[in-house]
Amino acid sequence: MNAIVPISDERLEETVLLVPAMHCGGCMAKVERGLETLPEVARARVNLSARQVRVQHHPGLGVPELVAALENIGFASQPRADVVAPPSAVKPLLAPLAVAGFASMNVMLMSVSIWSGAAGPTRDLFHWLSALIGVPAIAYAGRPFFSSAWSALRRGRTNMDVPITIGVTLATALSLYETIVGGGHAWFDGALMLLLFLLAGRTLDAAMRDRARAGVDTLLRQAATGAMVVGQDGAVSWVSADRIVPGSLMRVAAGERLAADGEIVAGETAVDQSLLTGESAPVAVRGGDSVHAGTLNLHAPVDVRVTATGDDTSLAEIARLMEAAGQARSAYVRLADRAARIYAPAVHTLALVSFIGWLVAGASVYNATVIAIAVLIITCPCAIGLAVPVAQVAACAGLMRQGIMVKDGSALERLARIDRALIDKTGSLTLGRPAPAADVLAALSAEEAAVALALASHSRHPLSRALTVALAGEGHVAAAVEDVRETPGLGMRGRWNGMEVALRRPDVAGQSATALDIAGRPIRLIPFVDQLRPDCGEALARLTAMGVSCSILSGDNARAVSPIARATGLTAQANASPADKRDAIARLQNAGYRVLMVGDGLNDGPALAAADASIAPASASDVGRQAADIVFLGDSLLGLPRALQGSRRTMAVVRQNLGLAIGYNVLAVPLAILGYVTPLVAAIAMSTSSILVIANSLRLARARP
Amino acid sequence: MIGLAVLIPIALIMGLCGLAAFFWALKRGQFEDMEGAAARILIDDEAGGA
Repeated sequence: MNAIVPISDERLEETVLLVPAMHCGGCMAKVERGLETLPEVARARVNLSARQVRVQHHPGLGVPELVAALENIGFASQPRADVVAPPSAVKPLLAPLAVAGFASMNVMLMSVSIWSGAAGPTRDLFHWLSALIGVPAIAYAGRPFFSSAWSALRRGRTNMDVPITIGVTLATALSLYETIVGGGHAWFDGALMLLLFLLAGRTLDAAMRDRARAGVDTLLRQAATGAMVVGQDGAVSWVSADRIVPGSLMRVAAGERLAADGEIVAGETAVDQSLLTGESAPVAVRGGDSVHAGTLNLHAPVDVRVTATGDDTSLAEIARLMEAAGQARSAYVRLADRAARIYAPAVHTLALVSFIGWLVAGASVYNATVIAIAVLIITCPCAIGLAVPVAQVAACAGLMRQGIMVKDGSALERLARIDRALIDKTGSLTLGRPAPAADVLAALSAEEAAVALALASHSRHPLSRALTVALAGEGHVAAAVEDVRETPGLGMRGRWNGMEVALRRPDVAGQSATALDIAGRPIRLIPFVDQLRPDCGEALARLTAMGVSCSILSGDNARAVSPIARATGLTAQANASPADKRDAIARLQNAGYRVLMVGDGLNDGPALAAADASIAPASASDVGRQAADIVFLGDSLLGLPRALQGSRRTMAVVRQNLGLAIGYNVLAVPLAILGYVTPLVAAIAMSTSSILVIANSLRLARARP
Repeated sequence: MIGLAVLIPIALIMGLCGLAAFFWALKRGQFEDMEGAAARILIDDEAGGA
């Protein structure tokens, strides 16, 4: 690394690394600048939405060096596994939206002059210009609707896109006819404005769905993408995850994630299984213990005999459970689509009836057609298309300000109907991180506390960090302890006033605790307990007041669950495996309840995906956060009732919006049937109703605590 | 009428330029990372010793 290699563009290689911890501009700057200080790196560019950094570098630089460089500036990273990213839902809509916007503005410009009285050759010229812009634009911008309507019709169904497609197509055809024969009314502006409004609504909806979709592939990326494998001859080489076979021997360094399930052959360490269980406390493992893919080796290097790889690992098993559970939920029909099932046939009947009615009354086929098309255009579900997504996006913005992040618009619809809640214990009802028992800390003398703080502050072990925070918070100052050293898995020792002091693993195994050992004094055992979230009581009371009955569903043992159940007054089910949790939800759903799951760990993943709606705290494992519809920030459990209240308010506004849209139809349809609707009337009616719906929805964006 | 004959093409050409610029931006991946673009304006360049 001493010779600086001149970087020429044609010899650069590109590597993409996932850096999940990046979340702000500061992180981006640190990552980019940190990588660019390496002489072999030409460019580093962060994509914050995808939480990844694209590095262009000299071929001599490998992935491990890049990961190490990021580690030095404080970011954990991993190479991106070759999982095909789910296609974005927004991207294909952006170009049609732009075209519809451009075309509708320009055509509207011509239409305004026609409405203000342009006649004769000027009007014909303007109609032709409108047709020239409008017809290709409609053909292009309308494709998302046309293809969706076609695929629904082919399967003998109907959706919101069918009336849109019929209305737009007929209006375009009629306008083209009018333009050719030099008639008075062309509807290009109406058709384009309709497409513009609908595309805007759909883009908002897709933007929310995009964020939700990142889910499943994040899970697969969490598995280490390879491991150092010890060969027959003792040589160690890097093997990618998909080529590791059961029976081979992996050497896992401290700080690495396991690439496959296996059994420890040599070494002793602690692993962080939070990805699998949500439990943040490290689990000690030694020879003969089994370890799972996706867990993080914390302390010391170990050799692991592989027992299962890839699709056979317990990580992949949970991913499969989640995928299967999610399919049940996707059977949920969005409110807008349910409305469309009634709306579309009604509108088409109405248009047909007015066509026949005018024929019977003696009008020409041409006149009857014009009126029928006017009915179709005026009833086109413009306001309805906006009613749901605009309200949901505005509500999400409001909830975001209260620290509640909604990932999917339909989640609000589903959450509003909840009447039963199941809450996981560790990490959901409780904080999920151990805190030293307050009464024991208070019993420590000032000297003991100062020594404990000094020792704990030297370690990055989770228990030590919790102890440091608690003691420093009580105003203790670290004592002058010398020669501090950490023995992985055992604890910290040092020298204080000439005496041996230690903060170490207690002699009795079992509950998580640490022993403060000062030579010549009795050993102090400091137990760590997982505390209830703040405002737990009030949050549960508010949920009950809203008609949602809660209970605990935990994977922990009954001994750990019962004190929490007593403290909250909830009934509890303990020892539930991921599949048990999913089944418990299915039982309640069969009994007619609509179930909310609150959970945080990967073990809650299938339950989170199976429930009618799901919420995870921000401290949850990545998988928990991804599987849940809604994530709340902060420690307070009040996020739950707030989210529920927000969703119910949103649905109230959505219903008002649908009411407004229908009310507009009740006023406008008789005019259309009687033949009074001109392109001008249609344009005014359409934009007025859309503005009303948007204005009503924006009320939701104001956060109300 | 002469005014119209001049103004309408101008309006259309300007609009098309805007549309073309948008498509160019879309192709160049300017909308790939909306979150990052928002955060990037807060990066303090002087800290990097530029």
